[in-house]
Amino acid sequence: MEALAPPQPDHATRDPRGLIACPTCDALHRDMSVAAGARARCTRCGTVLMAPRAGAMTQIVMLAATSAGLMVAAGFFPLPRPFAPGITTHSSLFDAVLAFSSGVLLPLSFATAALIVALPLLRLLAIVYTLAPMALGWRPAPGAVAAFRLAQGLKPWAMAEIFIVGVVVALVKVAGLVTVTLGPAFWAFVALVAVTTLKDTVMCELTIWKTLEERAAS
Amino acid sequence: MENARRTGRILTAARAGLIGCAGCGRVHDRPLSHCLRCGRPLHARKPHSLQRVWAWMIAGLITYIPANVYPMLITRNFGKEYENTIVGGVIELMNHGSYGVALIVFFASIVIPIGKFIAIAYLALSVQSAVVIRGHGRQRLYEVVEFIGRWSMIDVFVVAILAALVQFDFAATINPGIAAISFALSVAFTMLSAQSFDPKSIWDAYEADDT
Repeated sequence: MEALAPPQPDHATRDPRGLIACPTCDALHRDMSVAAGARARCTRCGTVLMAPRAGAMTQIVMLAATSAGLMVAAGFFPLPRPFAPGITTHSSLFDAVLAFSSGVLLPLSFATAALIVALPLLRLLAIVYTLAPMALGWRPAPGAVAAFRLAQGLKPWAMAEIFIVGVVVALVKVAGLVTVTLGPAFWAFVALVAVTTLKDTVMCELTIWKTLEERAAS
Repeated sequence: MENARRTGRILTAARAGLIGCAGCGRVHDRPLSHCLRCGRPLHARKPHSLQRVWAWMIAGLITYIPANVYPMLITRNFGKEYENTIVGGVIELMNHGSYGVALIVFFASIVIPIGKFIAIAYLALSVQSAVVIRGHGRQRLYEVVEFIGRWSMIDVFVVAILAALVQFDFAATINPGIAAISFALSVAFTMLSAQSFDPKSIWDAYEADDT
């Protein structure tokens, strides 16, 4: 772990391109290349500024594509299925989403669908769109900057992992009423959460922004 | 990092007359409408940050009241109707003996939302008053609030899944109550409140202190 050096005061006003301002606390640092595997932290607030890794772009694209595949699987496979006499089984993910589809609660149905399916999927697609050409060493795709900005903004609103905990809580609640077995969709979702978390750990946003800028200029 | 007093010697983009992008760290030497690197609207500090924080927080507080008063779940079992509020759901889980899950729901639906209101109010007030409280502690608090706020959505998802899973023919049904929508709104509003807060303002207190 290394800390980026603060700039000399006279250096600051001359060339803003050789500098980085910490996005969290605004402290200026001299921009320098950070070795793969190392982490550069802000000297003031300790926020990780850059943590590049060798082959990160390819890894992220692979992981994001895997997540998107799992997402589709999770939508179509049956969810945990309750067994009891006289039950109509409503059990895919989309049924859970449509639970609110009556009257006043309809907007909530859309919100749930957005939070657990649409926004996570959109975020994954935006990441793949931005990084796939970069992983191949090509110039950034048109609109790549807007796509990655979208991915950054969607991060707090993609709630697939929270949905998993919700499934577990719901299962405990109905455990007394009916017997429940975990369907493949549940495991697809668990895998999805693991892969997404791994991807977010590998992804260094500042490095990606810098690479995007360099590639677009060349 | 470990020594808060060292912060006095650190030069920020704002004090150097530069503008640092909050999304990608790119430094600009003149005011522009958008960042040259990532295209985000460029501001030295988030405009009207505290006004937005308070406005979203008040909206969150207002919607949090019906979320607790009205039923979250309406269960019909053999003609009888049971209504469960958020707190009622936690108590029911404890009566079932599922203490672990009761604890998760208790944290997600009660401790986190209330803790978040207090934490955001504290951060906003600490920035408004001239008192300098240790920056690292407040920064950590802000990170926790940002990270944990979304987890309050658990209860809304639980209601959705329950309603989808349990559709017994005539014998029992579970339906979401109106509290589900107000709780979801409350969580969304407090998330927006936390996002409106500018963490740079935590550190600006130090600048005012030693210039």
